[in-house]
Amino acid sequence: MQRILAICFKDLKDYFYSPIAYIIISIFILVTGWFFFSTFFIINQASLRDFFELLPFTLSFIVPAITMRSFSEEFNIGSYEILVTFPVKLNDIILGKFLALCCFMFFMLIPTIFFPLSISLIGKLDWGPVICGYIGAFLLGISYVSIGIFSSSLTKNQINSFIIGALICILLSLIDKLLLFMPESFVNFFNYLSSNFHFQNFSKGVFDLRDVIYFFSIIFVFLYATNISLSYRK
Amino acid sequence: MIKVKDLTKYYNNFLALDKINFEISKGEIVGLLGPNGAGKTTTLRLLTGYLKPTSGSIEVKGYNIKDNYLKIKSIIGYLPESVPIYKNLMVYEYLTYVGTIRRIDKKQLLAKIKSVIDRCKIKDIIEKDIGDLSKGLLQRVGLASVLLHDPEVLILDEPTTGLDPNQILEIRDLIKEIGKKKTVILSSHILSEVEATCSRIIIINKGKIVADGTPTELKEKYFDKTIIKLLLKKAKFYEVKSYFQNIEDIVSINLIEEKDDLIDLELVLKKDIREKIYNIIKQKEWIILEFSKKKTSLEKIFKQITTEN
Repeated sequence: MQRILAICFKDLKDYFYSPIAYIIISIFILVTGWFFFSTFFIINQASLRDFFELLPFTLSFIVPAITMRSFSEEFNIGSYEILVTFPVKLNDIILGKFLALCCFMFFMLIPTIFFPLSISLIGKLDWGPVICGYIGAFLLGISYVSIGIFSSSLTKNQINSFIIGALICILLSLIDKLLLFMPESFVNFFNYLSSNFHFQNFSKGVFDLRDVIYFFSIIFVFLYATNISLSYRK
Repeated sequence: MIKVKDLTKYYNNFLALDKINFEISKGEIVGLLGPNGAGKTTTLRLLTGYLKPTSGSIEVKGYNIKDNYLKIKSIIGYLPESVPIYKNLMVYEYLTYVGTIRRIDKKQLLAKIKSVIDRCKIKDIIEKDIGDLSKGLLQRVGLASVLLHDPEVLILDEPTTGLDPNQILEIRDLIKEIGKKKTVILSSHILSEVEATCSRIIIINKGKIVADGTPTELKEKYFDKTIIKLLLKKAKFYEVKSYFQNIEDIVSINLIEEKDDLIDLELVLKKDIREKIYNIIKQKEWIILEFSKKKTSLEKIFKQITTEN
């Protein structure tokens, strides 16, 4: 555990010492804020539905942009060689990096609390769906983080890692929009695969254990895939 | 301390190491020498567990690397070539990070950091960003970080590349001092480097060990012939050749240059028979302008055994 935390803290320091972290957080707030408030007064409802509606897509681009560093950078400067020759298990390294990015995700979502707070000043906001939605947003975020970590374990080129990560995330977010083109027998299956489908339950204020299990299985699958991809490098 | 048996490594279809065997005992400073692409770094990476061997076994202090890789990694301190450490951390942050990840007790950590800082003389720079350091300082910070957990085996990949002559001397002294207590394996493609620091040299070429021994042993084994350089006046090459050809101890006569009545020669001898040669020359009344024994250096041995294979 001490080792996992050591890696986690080091990575967090690394993220917040470089300006990229702040740039990405600002972009995230700007983009989500713009899309949310540009239609907010037209719809004229005190809810965060629109904010949550778009979140899977914005996160599909924002998350891989943060995670692309995690392994690619280590491969690129060669520090990965030092990291794996420490007496640490591969899983500890992956968990440490995952944990650091989960913290980052958390810090990124915090400023958006400004949206519901400002709405609650001008209208009657139902806090239940908002809190539930935030739990969902965090789960969605960290499941995309695991995808991003996996894609960055594939290549030492950060751009490639970003593109691969973003593609997988977008696919998961869009799959339920593509159901029209699918044979009927597959519809349920693909609907279940879609991250958007599960996340929208949260944003409606429905806390279903199946959705939680979905996000955790995504995390498990991609972190496991990361382990395989890293073992293959030997 | 370290036993390597039939170590083989393939990168896809490329054979990087071909059944390498060696043993290193405690307290040795071993230099792994070879031209670029010979398999030095691969060997070191296999020893440190960064790469997995295709076949063969590695034992460190009696532990097999397959079953006890964590144990072995805690015995070894490894510094890769060009010291790839995180550029935006400060020196003491990095040392603390290494200490925590190596599970050094928090109470001891500070004392240990202080001791390596003193040993590597980096006291003035501990609050600097690693990215701002010069190559020599970076190397010292790297060394400090691998010495932190007091490893019994120290593995350094090309520890002096890219340093200026003064820094090279400093790092060499540091390595020598460390080598008094620990087993050190370092790789290099520079011979004088290895000759100056190591008690034993293993020469690798094309994935195979081609020579193994102390510098003096290698000199005796691979260079038992004497080479004489001769510059003669008033002599013709065919004439000289015909006289020297019949002497048993002369292995070969090589003409370097012939100009007017001057000839420049190199004689390779099995034994040192300079007197005999002198007598012949005196008898023939050739004029000696130069008559010297060439010194054999490790450089030559290196060239000889890494090109003939």
